[in-house]
Amino acid sequence: MTAPDDLHYTRDHEWVRLQDDIATIGITDHAQEELSDVVFVELPDLGDIEKASPVAVVESVKAASDIYAPVSGEIIEVNTDLVTDPAKVNTDPYDGGWIFKIRVSDSAQVNDLMDAGSYTAMVS
Amino acid sequence: MAATKGSQGQVDKPHHRSHSRDVSDVLKLSPLDDEHRDLGGRMVPFAGWEMPVMYDSIIKEHQAVRTGCGIFDISHMGQIFVSGADCEKWLERLLTNEVATLEPGEAHYTFLLNEQAGVIDDLILYRLAEENFLLLVNASCIEKDLEWLNENLVKGVVLENESTEWAGLAVQGPNAPEIYTAITEGRTLPARNHIDDLVHEGNRALVCRTGYTGEDGFELFCPAKVARTWWRSLIAGGATPCGLGARDSLRLEMCYPLNGSDLSPCRTPLEAGLGMFVKLEKGEFTGSSVLQSQKEEGCRERLMAIQLDEKGAPPRPGYAILDTEGKALSVLTSGGLSPSLGEGIGLAYLPKDRVKIGTPVLMEVRGRRLSATVVKKPFYRK
Repeated sequence: MTAPDDLHYTRDHEWVRLQDDIATIGITDHAQEELSDVVFVELPDLGDIEKASPVAVVESVKAASDIYAPVSGEIIEVNTDLVTDPAKVNTDPYDGGWIFKIRVSDSAQVNDLMDAGSYTAMVS
Repeated sequence: MAATKGSQGQVDKPHHRSHSRDVSDVLKLSPLDDEHRDLGGRMVPFAGWEMPVMYDSIIKEHQAVRTGCGIFDISHMGQIFVSGADCEKWLERLLTNEVATLEPGEAHYTFLLNEQAGVIDDLILYRLAEENFLLLVNASCIEKDLEWLNENLVKGVVLENESTEWAGLAVQGPNAPEIYTAITEGRTLPARNHIDDLVHEGNRALVCRTGYTGEDGFELFCPAKVARTWWRSLIAGGATPCGLGARDSLRLEMCYPLNGSDLSPCRTPLEAGLGMFVKLEKGEFTGSSVLQSQKEEGCRERLMAIQLDEKGAPPRPGYAILDTEGKALSVLTSGGLSPSLGEGIGLAYLPKDRVKIGTPVLMEVRGRRLSATVVKKPFYRK
């Protein structure tokens, strides 16, 4: 399993890529391995969102998993490619498999998240 | 990310070895347990056992069975041997299918019913010899089957539960026969629904041309100590290791019922649409009078196949089925994404006025009502 150094991570296995005030969010390589066979992603509605509230659902053949907002802000974009190709979450978790983007209310929020080293230690 | 709903009651989020120590103490382990872990199997609790739900991908394992060959560990299943001079007549009074039609070396699917004609267990009955039968039963039912059989036991019939001594492998898929021939130096499989009781390299093996996937193949039962040898040589011969996840999606595409989900002590085989395994004309058996009147009056509910008309999240057991006005009709007893069709499929008991093929219904999938249709069984045809 991989965990790129430039990302931030949650205990719930989401990753966050912060560019200026835009956070791109997906699930980690470890999470997609655990789920396997992602067959459906329920994308969030655009709009304001509070940190830790459930926003999306990733369904594998065997189970459904809630995705929580890792930061507060406004959901400004969702990855509509996942509607027709949900398996991108498996094949390309950190790039083509991103799920949604949040314009963060305060960039300092990511300081509460884990770095790659801590996340890797948590799941291994 | 957090797992919220597994598709089988017992199965939640797959977990790795490090997380499973606490349950290993109470769950039974297959003789192939180490093999599963070495292959990266995701071990989950199932019917009192810890078994692999998948190795890498349920969809890939499913396709391996449909197009090549898959191998499943079914060591959790129970083997109850029945022998004695009166055993045919005795089984005839306890089981729904007609035992007398079985020649030695033949097998058929059948039901063990309670007095109300509810399903205690669905099983395969193998006739090994004139007065020697094998009941292959569900893991979760071994105890209650034995209890029922013992309560009804008569003189001249001997029951032996050998479930712990035997391991089982299901080898399924179009390539299964040639793999068998290759690894046994030229043996050929018995005919469909037949069983070979043989000695292979000094150990007994029961090789049965039966299965739970809709594909050609066989189920092999052997002493637990030689399970590893069979497992490894079948994999070396080309069989893909498959877990319970693929076993479930394969059987659901074929509309084969899962006991405890689609079948229960409150449902009869006629309600489940499995009347072809019930021979009312053979004479009286446990539950037969209830079935006779149900046949005459018609079932109030029938287990039907339902397919989603639109793309959406996969159906799961427990999801509501509604009529097109939104009135609740039933809940899914089984459900999932069909890997072969790429569509959501499920089974539900529907009232008799909704069982016509083509009846439109709604399925409530995570708060959304998706349109679905009652379709002909099975979902998948070659």
